[in-house]
Amino acid sequence: MFREIAQYFRQDKLPHMWCPGCGNGMILAAFARTMKELNIDQDRTVIVSGIGCSSRSSGYLDFDTLHTTHGRALAFATGVKLAKPELNVIVLSGDGDSTAIGGNHLIHAARRNLDLTLVVFNNSIYGMTGGQYSPMSPPGKKATTAPYGTLERTFNLVDIAKAAGATYVARSTAYHHRLLTKLIVNGIKHKGFSLIEAVSQCPVNYGRQNKAGTPADMLKWQKDHAITVEAAQQLGAGEMQDKFLIGELHQGEAPEYTAEYLKIIARAAGEGGGK
Amino acid sequence: MKEQQYQVLINKGWCKGCGICTGLCPTKNLYLDEKGKVHSQNPPTCIGCQLCSANCPDYAITVTKKGEKPGQSQHLSVQVSGKQELPQEQTQPSFPAKPVPKTRLLQGNEACAEGAIAAGVRFFAGYPITPSTEIAEKLAGLLPKVGGKFIQMEDEIAGIAAVLGASLTGVKAITATSGPGFSLMQENIGFAAMAEVPCVIVNVQRFGPSTGMPTSAGQGDVMQARWGTHGDHPVVVLTPASVEETYHLTVKAVEISEQLRVPVILLMDEVIGHLREKVSLPDLDLAVERNRDTERPRLTLSKELYLPYRPDPNGVPPMASFGQGMRFHVTGLAHDETGFPTNDSQVAGALVTRLNRKIADRCDRLAMAEEYMLDDARLVVVTYGGMARAARKAVKLARAEGLPVGMLRLITLWPFPEKYLHRLNQGVKRVLVPEMNLGQIKLEVERISKGRWQVLGLPKVDGELFTPDELLTRIKEEVAACLGK
Repeated sequence: MFREIAQYFRQDKLPHMWCPGCGNGMILAAFARTMKELNIDQDRTVIVSGIGCSSRSSGYLDFDTLHTTHGRALAFATGVKLAKPELNVIVLSGDGDSTAIGGNHLIHAARRNLDLTLVVFNNSIYGMTGGQYSPMSPPGKKATTAPYGTLERTFNLVDIAKAAGATYVARSTAYHHRLLTKLIVNGIKHKGFSLIEAVSQCPVNYGRQNKAGTPADMLKWQKDHAITVEAAQQLGAGEMQDKFLIGELHQGEAPEYTAEYLKIIARAAGEGGGK
Repeated sequence: MKEQQYQVLINKGWCKGCGICTGLCPTKNLYLDEKGKVHSQNPPTCIGCQLCSANCPDYAITVTKKGEKPGQSQHLSVQVSGKQELPQEQTQPSFPAKPVPKTRLLQGNEACAEGAIAAGVRFFAGYPITPSTEIAEKLAGLLPKVGGKFIQMEDEIAGIAAVLGASLTGVKAITATSGPGFSLMQENIGFAAMAEVPCVIVNVQRFGPSTGMPTSAGQGDVMQARWGTHGDHPVVVLTPASVEETYHLTVKAVEISEQLRVPVILLMDEVIGHLREKVSLPDLDLAVERNRDTERPRLTLSKELYLPYRPDPNGVPPMASFGQGMRFHVTGLAHDETGFPTNDSQVAGALVTRLNRKIADRCDRLAMAEEYMLDDARLVVVTYGGMARAARKAVKLARAEGLPVGMLRLITLWPFPEKYLHRLNQGVKRVLVPEMNLGQIKLEVERISKGRWQVLGLPKVDGELFTPDELLTRIKEEVAACLGK
């Protein structure tokens, strides 16, 4: 309930700007619960976001918050984290922001393995601009820029992050917010780059064009189509066809960038002054 | 009938009537009224499952046991756990900087890197590009020696983004690039201007447009440096004409950026960037000491009184750092003094006006130029950067022949240092503007001249400088015309 997480919000900025039934508020609540669970120091935590509906979330949270340019949140966050590794740096971004215009920064942030946590609010659409298709829009679905259905295939964000070297990759949905909280908690605890995809619903700019029903129907769709890693093991190959996995999907080990850089500083200092 | 144990409290101000709670409620306890606000049945059929409150995207529902107080969720007084005093700057080992030898052979790009260190820059992020790369290479070695950080990013957009992120933590930060990378950085230069994030962008200009000739010189980015990002925005542009001046102007660029919270562009060119010459530089220790007075305006207010975008009497807001406990918001959207977005046209108009006045009110202070043999000149060569080297020689040769020629070498390009043109002597008849572009500064000189002098452009767009002899030939023709011979 809200009172339990109220301290993490700038309450004078509420109610938030999102449309009725939008999943962003639910994901943000799940995020706030992670802050509570971790008892995080709000004075030593920076929230960075890009541009788009979900990126407005930074303005509602009571931390140092940085609302950047479109796609660049991870690059800004890299500067914050490297300059002050002692700060917790968390990036909140949308699917268009992080997989289209910011796709290059995503793979390189994963590759460098800075201790950043990225939560991708994936609602499969550009909501802020009124419903254009994103790299996460399922093929054939309608968008204002795909009136006959999209021709493009979706990214598998989990596989991309994994291939790019992310050391913690997980997925949940707005409906499965308890799991989402758990995954973000683990992502923040993880030393290295963590990505948590949060499947969300956009009832207005995605749902209407694609006859996805009411917000509750869209949540029920999440409930019916998201299968936990454990449950999936009990299913036959054919049964996963129109389903997707949620839970912890990849964990790896790699040196963390800022820790490695501090070693370079120690080494360079040992070599004495400038040459 | 069993008495109901639970009650559902609804914040109607926050409810947007999305129907998630009514759709999920297993006992159909909740319904929407004709205004789209959610209500509970009376008596409630609630079983306390919390599906509604947990899934409400607008935090509008609270389920409590009957008789239990809901708590004051909206005005909860927040106790910050373990509130400590303001965090101290990260303690870094003190590095005994080896004194820089007084006289050295140095390249322009290297001098820029050393100037950055002397100015207290402790963060670089960028992307390799000819002819600026030596700045990155040099700083990759120097920064960790003084406890600073260097990172090579995936592109120039990321380079300046990381610089802005670092700057917001209170660290002086710089990036370096050339034409194509400078184009990529433009959007975030606008962010820096709007959100008032101090940063220095070095652009070692090369021949363009597009990929052009990467190892050849150009001065074609003069207008882009001023107007490259969208919207009316403040920016300061400085341009050096020697290796030694590159060092000092890098320091100056950092100072101006930190004091005024504006992006400052050090507009070098390939001639200066790759030139090696003998320089005499101050000791690193002394330089850093000197720059201690020129930090960004720091904060003296408590968190309760702090408005991150309320300007001080100089028009510049004192700046907190991320991690200091102020919990402030930074955005490229139009914002009010609290830092939060606004669509209020008056507030937005006042913001853009204030941002630009930070520069406009200081034009004279920011204006720098070198006046060379101007007292009795009839012909003045107005020039800057690498081109000024050939111009100086040509003017000297002309003077040796007794011709009344002088040079005005611009050091500040933007804001345009008009005061130096206004105070040219009354006898000046013609102004010659040699530059490695098709007349970008010539246009400004014409604007100032208002017909006082005849302004003649002398463009060069082949990646090369004029030779002093070429300039001398033209100078002689123009002097003859001035004197009516």
